[in-house]
Amino acid sequence: MAKHETPMLDQLETGPWPSFVSDLKQEAASRAKNENNIEYQIPQDVVEDLIGIMELSYEHGRTHWKHGGIVGVFGYGGGVIGRYCDQPEKFPGVAHFHTMRVSQPAGKFYTTKYLESICELWERRGSGVTNMHGSTGDIIFLGTTTPQLEEVFYELTHNLNQDLGGSGSNLRTPSDCIGQARCEYACFDTQALCHDLTNEYQDELHRPAFPYKFKFKFDGCPNCCVASIARADLSFIGTWRDDIRIDQEAVQAYIGGEIMPNANAHSGRDWGAFDIEKEVIGLCPTNCMWMDGKELKIDNRECTRCMHCINVMPRALRIGNDRGCSILAGAKAPILDGAQMGSLIVPFIKVEEPYDEIKEKVIEPIWDWWMEEGKNRERLGELMKRQGFQRLLEATGFDPDPRMVQEPRTNPYIFWKEDEVPGGFERDINEFRKYHQR
Amino acid sequence: MDYEEAKDLVVAGLTKKLKNKSKFYFNDLAKLIGEKPRAAKKYVNQMVVEGVLEYWSSGSTSMYGLCGTGKQAGAEHEE
Repeated sequence: MAKHETPMLDQLETGPWPSFVSDLKQEAASRAKNENNIEYQIPQDVVEDLIGIMELSYEHGRTHWKHGGIVGVFGYGGGVIGRYCDQPEKFPGVAHFHTMRVSQPAGKFYTTKYLESICELWERRGSGVTNMHGSTGDIIFLGTTTPQLEEVFYELTHNLNQDLGGSGSNLRTPSDCIGQARCEYACFDTQALCHDLTNEYQDELHRPAFPYKFKFKFDGCPNCCVASIARADLSFIGTWRDDIRIDQEAVQAYIGGEIMPNANAHSGRDWGAFDIEKEVIGLCPTNCMWMDGKELKIDNRECTRCMHCINVMPRALRIGNDRGCSILAGAKAPILDGAQMGSLIVPFIKVEEPYDEIKEKVIEPIWDWWMEEGKNRERLGELMKRQGFQRLLEATGFDPDPRMVQEPRTNPYIFWKEDEVPGGFERDINEFRKYHQR
Repeated sequence: MDYEEAKDLVVAGLTKKLKNKSKFYFNDLAKLIGEKPRAAKKYVNQMVVEGVLEYWSSGSTSMYGLCGTGKQAGAEHEE
């Protein structure tokens, strides 16, 4: 019989979707049975108490969790989030219920053996409850006691060759798409760059000295599978600067119905014959495509890399050969000042090891500016908004570029300075009046 | 500035404010030390390693306090 009555949670299980309540109950039952004879290092009934306190929170309409604390592992200022409940007598199993963030591998490639190992570790030294993955991409271990933190960290680093991720006012665990490992759209090796910057900026990841959180995300192409443009303070998005490669025979094969559009992803229903005019050319946001007889033409100078045509006809259209990435700054979720998308600061940069240009000309000058000028709990995007995009350009030394504005006269944050204008701002009024009447 | 000097400045500065608050942002420490953030960070890291300062984190924001000060240590069964 369950330790706590949970009528409200039980009701949640009756919905049409897979239920986290059922998952928790299953884990609670498995810990109670302990068929594998695990030597549990935290209360065996931790998950039952978790379910119990959740029911109480629903009953009271208020949380019984307190978050934040001094807990951590020695020398690290991130990776552990202290969590305590305010009903420790009633629910002793979750008196401490700290979260640990575990740095996910680039591209989230795992072996089964690795997954089994981390599950075994967390079952023994934690609650067994995980979140795969958190918003920054980390593996999240949910719930353990203070004495277990160092133990888990020791086993992760010594036995599994695995580090903790970022939390607090740190660089957060860098996150990337699956990249060139499996995707033909990837314009740079996202995993290589993600891994390199993770190693390079270990101090920033583990020892908090930023005004607030800072996120890197790496998308191999403008499809933006890790949504870097919406969520990362610095987003790296793959692009190319030459022409989209066209295989005219394959274009005809799509038109003739020999190759299914969207790699056959919409085959669950009959959508009728493929219509290139309606489904590709007519949907191009800059109208830069047309059919010239049997040939598909693209005015590549007008292409904004929306990826639609390539997504629909991947066999016929391919990314260009001169590849690199665009870098955008300042995206964030709406905690303090509303959600913001990233602003373009580097239209194109080659992504080549050892990535010195990216580190020395982009990342580090931006950090220096933000660390000096940023207010406490101010994200980079908010600082850009407060001081102006022009200050970011001054900090990085980049010249203003028309590609940094969304469209003419919508982003009026780049101004001339007096010393940039021939003759300055002073004028000879008499000379002026010769040409212009009062 | 050498490390000992920076440590004295931080300990004196934070002790003075202890009546009102016990947790401080990194920027507060950098101001006390009077160095740019990156230079100040080296001293602050060293103070954490030596146990002069300790981290406090809400999960989203990190702060620093003199070791053992503030309500947290006693209130959260961490003595």
